[in-house]
Amino acid sequence: MPRLKENGDESLEITLKCHKIIGGYGQGEALVSNEPICFYLTDPKTGIVREKSHELAGKNLANKVLVFPSGKASSVVQIDGLYKLASNNVAPKAMIVKDVETVLVVSAFIAKVPLVDRLEKDPFEVIRTGDFVKVDAEKGLVRIAKQEVRRNRDVTS
Amino acid sequence: MYLTKEEERIFNGELGEGTQKAMELLVAIGDAYDAERLIPITRAHAASSGQEGDMYFVELLAKGGASCRVPTTTNPVYDMEYFHSIFEIPEKEAEVARRVKEGYKQIGAILSWCCTPYITENIPLYGEHVAFSESSATPYVNSVIGARTNREAAQSALAAGVIGKTPKYGLQLKENRKGTLLVKVEATLKDEFDFTLLGQYVGKQIGYGIPVFTGMSRRPATEELINLCAMLNTSGAVPMFHIPGFTVEAQTVEDAFQGDVPEGKIAVTDKELKQTYEELQGASGKIDFVMLGCPHYTLKQVEEVARLLRGKKIHDDVSFWVCTSATAKFLAERNGYVEVIEKAGGHVVPDTCIDEPCWHPYRHKVGVTDSPKCAYYRRFKEAVVIRLKNCVDAAIKGEWG
Repeated sequence: MPRLKENGDESLEITLKCHKIIGGYGQGEALVSNEPICFYLTDPKTGIVREKSHELAGKNLANKVLVFPSGKASSVVQIDGLYKLASNNVAPKAMIVKDVETVLVVSAFIAKVPLVDRLEKDPFEVIRTGDFVKVDAEKGLVRIAKQEVRRNRDVTS
Repeated sequence: MYLTKEEERIFNGELGEGTQKAMELLVAIGDAYDAERLIPITRAHAASSGQEGDMYFVELLAKGGASCRVPTTTNPVYDMEYFHSIFEIPEKEAEVARRVKEGYKQIGAILSWCCTPYITENIPLYGEHVAFSESSATPYVNSVIGARTNREAAQSALAAGVIGKTPKYGLQLKENRKGTLLVKVEATLKDEFDFTLLGQYVGKQIGYGIPVFTGMSRRPATEELINLCAMLNTSGAVPMFHIPGFTVEAQTVEDAFQGDVPEGKIAVTDKELKQTYEELQGASGKIDFVMLGCPHYTLKQVEEVARLLRGKKIHDDVSFWVCTSATAKFLAERNGYVEVIEKAGGHVVPDTCIDEPCWHPYRHKVGVTDSPKCAYYRRFKEAVVIRLKNCVDAAIKGEWG
């Protein structure tokens, strides 16, 4: 079961178990996409999503913890896309995905981005864009510091 | 995933860093799919692409001392010598292509540089477990031949070729090879191009799935099946299909669904094919290029181009390209087809994919092709998709429409 923990002075932290696919540790601000992502359709120098019709159009993937349902597009472009982001140090710090497939595993492996799935709670319900998320793929844990709580506290204090 | 003692040793790096990385990738894929163990494969096809991600991985393995344990063929990059004699290729791009080619050579792959190895250089038999990446290759091997492959990426296929194994998941298992959707073909399928349109339409309709086609009144030809495979797996993500009575794994519709009920049904009539064709049209007018051979033309298709061009002259403003395998080019030269095409002003080029930087002079140009897959890569300002015969007519006139 998820554990709720009052983290002293500022935030509410939720810890969820997850399933490791690509190991490692990464932390950053969450960026949640309800639509599948093609890494080739981002600016390789900055990490900004260039796909005009995408809900994340104009948003930046760089150094975020990316929460998304699945990858899309041909294997060549998807893998090369994430690899280029990683070469320019603008790849996501970690990725939390719902439906994983071979191409996404290969992409994350080559770009050395930790990749996890099967969180014990639906990540699209628990994680909001702007939350601070720590993904410890090795230990199979995701820690989420809720942004709303931090904000509410700022207001009340 | 369970690993044998030998696999553990590879995973721990005892046999070198190259095989370790290959094993790490296979284990990650196995974990993602909850595969219980690895199973041996007989052959692989790596969809090498001459891009940076591709270069990184093949060099990582090759420099780490890995080499292919089972025959592993390679996808086209581009024929550098040929293009260097015609166009300028930016040094940075040429460097990547050179290193990719060197990497695959070092790792002991069969340097086929061809996207249809399943008809020439690397042909599985029915029931073989293999790892074939490349859009037309995956469905062809699964559906037409009845060998078993997942929808691999270049790197997972190469890793499988190096280890000689793949995780036991997905389409390696009989129960996952059943049809998901019934496709009733009511349209008349006259030629290869109609199969291209059928693949384009059905792939777009279903996205991921295993269609079961009924209503085909005749046995499709090799080239027709290649086109169907390429488009199903480009406009959609279709790794396999059945045509009961014609493809090997299911003799009846019931067999194809393994006794289950289809998740859905669609019908394809002449109207849908006509609409699909219309969507692929652009403005008519002067053209700068004709691009054929995506997927690589077979020897039969090169012969057909030669037949259409015999005694004709391609317009001075039009560059005319036929991409094919080195094997087919060799035989096309021997048979005199290349001479006919070159005499008319065209090129027959081996080892080359349409999605490569060698085509950059056409980036702002307009042309025609018989392949929506070629147009899809967006390497050109515009590529209108029409039948081969119309492509050749347009080449001669210098304009389409």
